[in-house]
Amino acid sequence: MMIVAERKPIEEIKGYLAGHRRVLVLGCGTCATICLAGGEREVATLASVLRLSDSIEVQENTIERQCDAEFFAAIKDQATSCDAILSMACGVGVQMAANVFTDTPVYPALNTMFCGTNDGAGQWSENCLACGDCKLGIFGGVCPVTRCSKSLLNGPCGGSVEGRCEVDPEGIECGWQLIYDRLKTLGKLDVLTENFQPREFNRTHDGGPRKLSREDVAGL
Amino acid sequence: MAQNEYKSGSNLEKVLSRGEFAVTAELGPPKSADFDLIKKKAEILSGWADAVNITDNQTAIVRVSSIATGKLALDLGVEPIIQMTCRDRNRLSIQSDILGAYLLGIRNILCLTGDHQCFGNHPAAKHVFDLDSIQLIQMVKNMRDEKVFACGEEIKNSKKAQVKEPRMFIRAAANPFADPFEFRVMRLQKKIDAGADFIQTQCIYDMDRFADWMRQVCDRGLHKRCKILAGLTPLKSAGMAKYMRDQVAGVTVPNYYVERMSKADDPKAEGIEIVTEQIQQLRQMEGVAGVHIMAIEWEQKVPEIVQKAGLKRKP
Repeated sequence: MMIVAERKPIEEIKGYLAGHRRVLVLGCGTCATICLAGGEREVATLASVLRLSDSIEVQENTIERQCDAEFFAAIKDQATSCDAILSMACGVGVQMAANVFTDTPVYPALNTMFCGTNDGAGQWSENCLACGDCKLGIFGGVCPVTRCSKSLLNGPCGGSVEGRCEVDPEGIECGWQLIYDRLKTLGKLDVLTENFQPREFNRTHDGGPRKLSREDVAGL
Repeated sequence: MAQNEYKSGSNLEKVLSRGEFAVTAELGPPKSADFDLIKKKAEILSGWADAVNITDNQTAIVRVSSIATGKLALDLGVEPIIQMTCRDRNRLSIQSDILGAYLLGIRNILCLTGDHQCFGNHPAAKHVFDLDSIQLIQMVKNMRDEKVFACGEEIKNSKKAQVKEPRMFIRAAANPFADPFEFRVMRLQKKIDAGADFIQTQCIYDMDRFADWMRQVCDRGLHKRCKILAGLTPLKSAGMAKYMRDQVAGVTVPNYYVERMSKADDPKAEGIEIVTEQIQQLRQMEGVAGVHIMAIEWEQKVPEIVQKAGLKRKP
């Protein structure tokens, strides 16, 4: 699963750094690198922009993953020598950095957008809402929760026209048209005669921040 | 069915069960706390429709609530069908509103998924969609027939108390013009399986495509399980015809109507003429149990349409 993010406007980033003298721009080698938002290259670009301001000394580095505490060990000295960290990871990485460097302010340089796929040069799209109850096996490998603008389990609604969603006909395909076409190809249209029951939202974030504990891997 | 032979005992249910050609209309609540407007619309419609749909923040624009307007309409002699969408409420809120609406004397409900909030005046709002329209229909039916809440608990105030369930006549919507076309009848069947008692369709201009859809409905015998009211919206102008054709998702307007409206000396009269002809066509069509006239901000034309179409004034 790739977390897709995009860089915040430079003015917002500069706003966070006001008053700081020495800043570490910290990239992330995994999702943020793959989606071209916060890898080594983007760190270098942002650092050069920030260096145009005389008042800030800018350090740069990129670690393999910011969502794992262990990868921060390698940059500990550099990070603690700075009075602010600008994380170019997703929101998970920003929080982990703040958790590791308890005495240093950590700011996000990115807006975390969604879990999705790369659809071609400069194109990404949302494909999974991490609902905790995957129904892709029923719906022919197309997710109604994510791909339908209303997350309908018994779609499509009346706003599906020529395969497009009324919310944004140019930008959004009707997820239910995709489901219909896929199940038709698979010879499984009868699936759609079933009335699917309301979702259990206690399995999502609506039940509170989720945790996962697995005894089978604990202590490894 | 406990008390009588009817599911809800609403006037509309009785009209439809007698096999009379039903007429329902629409009353859009105002965008302000304006009682006079509700009164004006209700007085126009009173006696001309068997029941009137009270819309629920339609097109995602804030208005007086459908239940409050429905209660006011009821007091003014108009039987309401309250719309209930899944966009603004979760299952707790919907069930509590249904209990309240029932106590206020409301007996008809239209279960809808709801327009996406991007079309309205609060595009940054969070939508709910805890349920979809089909799950909503099932929940309202279970409240009435199984006397249980969505969680399965009986509808009573305490263990020893008597069950007091809300008994609603359940309306659902169908759009014969959206895509995928082949799936539209299947989706209607899902709504009937869930518990829809009667259906209103999206507004019809393309009568051929509607007839094609109705044939599929009748081939499956769905018209015998559920009453179908054909939706109609009179055109006011050539501009409106073009707008409906080009801008409204899920509505198709054939060019011959656009041309007719463009050439007309009196477009408003032409629009009424067209809708009157449509009602005549629909009365001949197998499986059509009535019409639902959605005269958008043009409620005053409903009496004229009903009269011109040769339908009786309602007692």
